Amino acid sequence: MIVLIKKTNIDFIKKRFTFFTISALIIAAGAISMAVKGMNLGLDFTGGTLLQLRFEKPVSTGDVRSALSKSGIDPTIQSLDRNAYQIKVKGSQDNVNEVSNAILAAFNTNLAGNTFTEEKRDYVGPVVGRDLAKKALFAFILSLFGIIVYVAFRFANPVWGAAGVLALLHDVFIAAGALSITNREIDLVIVAALLTIAGYSINDTIVIFDRMRENMRMFPKMPLGQLANTSVNETLSRTLITNFTVLAVVSILFLFGGEVINNFAFTMLVGSICGTYSTIAIATPLVYQWENKGK
Amino acid sequence: MNKLHWKIGTVLGLLILSFWLLYPSVEWYTKTNDDRAKTEAMRMRPKRILNLGLDLRGGTHMLLELDVEKLDKKEKLNDAMARAIEIIRNRVDQYGVGETPISRQGDRWISVDLPGISNTEEAENLIGKTALLEFRLLDTSDAAQAVLSKVDDITEPPFDKKGTLIPGIAKIMPKGTMLCKAAPGQDGERARYYVVEATVPVTGAYLENAHVSTDQQFGTPSISFTFNKEGGKLFENFTGANVNKFLAIVLDGVVHSAPVIKSRIGGGSGVIEGSFSMEEARNLAIVLRAGALPAPVSIIEKRVVGPGLGEDSIKKGLSAAGIGFILVIAFMLVYYRAGGFVADIALAMNFVFLASAMSYFGATLTLPGIAGIILSLAMAIDANVLILERMREELALSKPVAMIIPTSYDKAWSAILDSNVTTWIAAIFLFQFGSGPVKGFAVTLTIGLLVGMFTSVFVTRAVYEFWLTSNPKELNI
Repeated sequence: MIVLIKKTNIDFIKKRFTFFTISALIIAAGAISMAVKGMNLGLDFTGGTLLQLRFEKPVSTGDVRSALSKSGIDPTIQSLDRNAYQIKVKGSQDNVNEVSNAILAAFNTNLAGNTFTEEKRDYVGPVVGRDLAKKALFAFILSLFGIIVYVAFRFANPVWGAAGVLALLHDVFIAAGALSITNREIDLVIVAALLTIAGYSINDTIVIFDRMRENMRMFPKMPLGQLANTSVNETLSRTLITNFTVLAVVSILFLFGGEVINNFAFTMLVGSICGTYSTIAIATPLVYQWENKGK
Repeated sequence: MNKLHWKIGTVLGLLILSFWLLYPSVEWYTKTNDDRAKTEAMRMRPKRILNLGLDLRGGTHMLLELDVEKLDKKEKLNDAMARAIEIIRNRVDQYGVGETPISRQGDRWISVDLPGISNTEEAENLIGKTALLEFRLLDTSDAAQAVLSKVDDITEPPFDKKGTLIPGIAKIMPKGTMLCKAAPGQDGERARYYVVEATVPVTGAYLENAHVSTDQQFGTPSISFTFNKEGGKLFENFTGANVNKFLAIVLDGVVHSAPVIKSRIGGGSGVIEGSFSMEEARNLAIVLRAGALPAPVSIIEKRVVGPGLGEDSIKKGLSAAGIGFILVIAFMLVYYRAGGFVADIALAMNFVFLASAMSYFGATLTLPGIAGIILSLAMAIDANVLILERMREELALSKPVAMIIPTSYDKAWSAILDSNVTTWIAAIFLFQFGSGPVKGFAVTLTIGLLVGMFTSVFVTRAVYEFWLTSNPKELNI
């Protein structure tokens, strides 16, 4: 039998303020970045200019991208075939012509010798993305309440559910902060990734809560701190093994998955690391802290 | 037959059912692109197969907004939206482009995901046309003639930007009439107008069929239509009462032709002539067959997705996911040995069941949907690890093998149940209140969680219990 994680006896509860400080620092870093730099919202949420061009001679997506970036334009490029491209640049409805002309000028100078015709010039509205984000947020908040109610019911204690949800928010917020710090673009797929992190985080937490519930029944007299420590240590092997496998898959997606899913994989990578950490270092100590408040 | 036989029978039965459900999808995706296109054109595409979303196969995404203000006051918004969606679906189906998810978004938006069409112009014409066909009488009175000559005299168009008549013309319109533009003639010709009566005796709602016919002499396309029984009678009465008057055939507010009614027209059929191209006539026949939208729609968003950028990246993503999965399988096998083998069987079955369930529901797989699958798989792995770790704990207490298995499952069950239900609660809310990609995520997550719980608890336990019948002394995990 191979055993990666031997029986441990780490006092996680005692270290709780260290954990809280680390989390607070990471969250603060994300918050500062979000406040200063903001989030790099994708075209789905901002709206922008859409320009469709057809080139005389075939040209690669890479060439189109470099021609534009030389002129300082940061586009989303979609190839229709090898000659036709749809170029989208974030912006408002008012500067559609301005942006379009800048794109045309960039091609005239950087792709000289390959003439092109303009097929379409349009404004893409942000309505759908905003509507989706609004609804997703609404559904997300409702589901947090649903989780708290369910956990309160199953574990006979509303504090546990609240601690689990706080740990979940902690993970989602850190992932969002990491997206802001690395300046990665938030699109609709990232919204799904953040939801995945939320689901993963709560799943991880519930398993440890389950062990605490079991130990509570077996050792009703055990003080909460010791109970929490025992439970976390007993399930540590499972927590780390599950998360190791998930982390391995997500890392491979991040390293070799290609550019389309790179942002998605990055979010998941940050989220799965956070998810494991928060289960051990945030959710369980929070329950302890909360329950022992008056004592 | 004892309990164990039933369990194993259930698993094997479901496995066979799943392969049977999966077969159409496998057959479909092993065809060449050309074959698929041909079958789609014949509208023979199998229904119960796994579909790929636009982000995976490329296509045009359109968001339409129903002009609620032009809706008949009597019609409720929800009914109108449902009807509009059905009509658009009809049109798209008849056009034959394959699986096209059409869904309501928000209050008055309809999202249409057209796969594979890069000619958006054509798609817009097909989907965005209101296709309200009306048969009206032409007003040929002197007052109407005066209106038309006045329209000819003034230099500006008679309608302002909002489409309402300019006051100078509105003032002299005869009572109970309206001004309609004529279909554009040859290039350079001045726009022509007609004065028609406001009452509409017959509409396209009574149409039974419409198809393209070509003129024998010149080969110009026109559209022949037939009324249903009720419409035929209405049309017959209407033409009978108005012999020698002019009949205006109005489509979406534009007069396409205005022939004189020579005699009562029985038989319930007719022809719309106009300067159509063959393509236009074909699309027009489709929209007429499918019926008119309850109110005009406007396209508020349009996006062409992939596949140029996508294909490479998707292949990369798929192979990376494959490597990741193999790694997990290998790790479980090395770390938990026999237990890992059982878990691997469960994970493999997880894929089969998930794919077949999605095929059965004709679900559409998108990138966010894959995120849902990844989460459900991670939780299935977790359930397996939970059970295996419990087994190790029980093993450490040197209990007999026959006791270890039921105890481990009993103890692991509450954790598996609670963690799955918690996530499932979230998925239900996301499905109910989310839209688009979020919904796609929730669907695969929900199916994935159910399948995951079944394979990692029920299937693995059946395997262990089967193995227990050989009365083993050792559990090698």
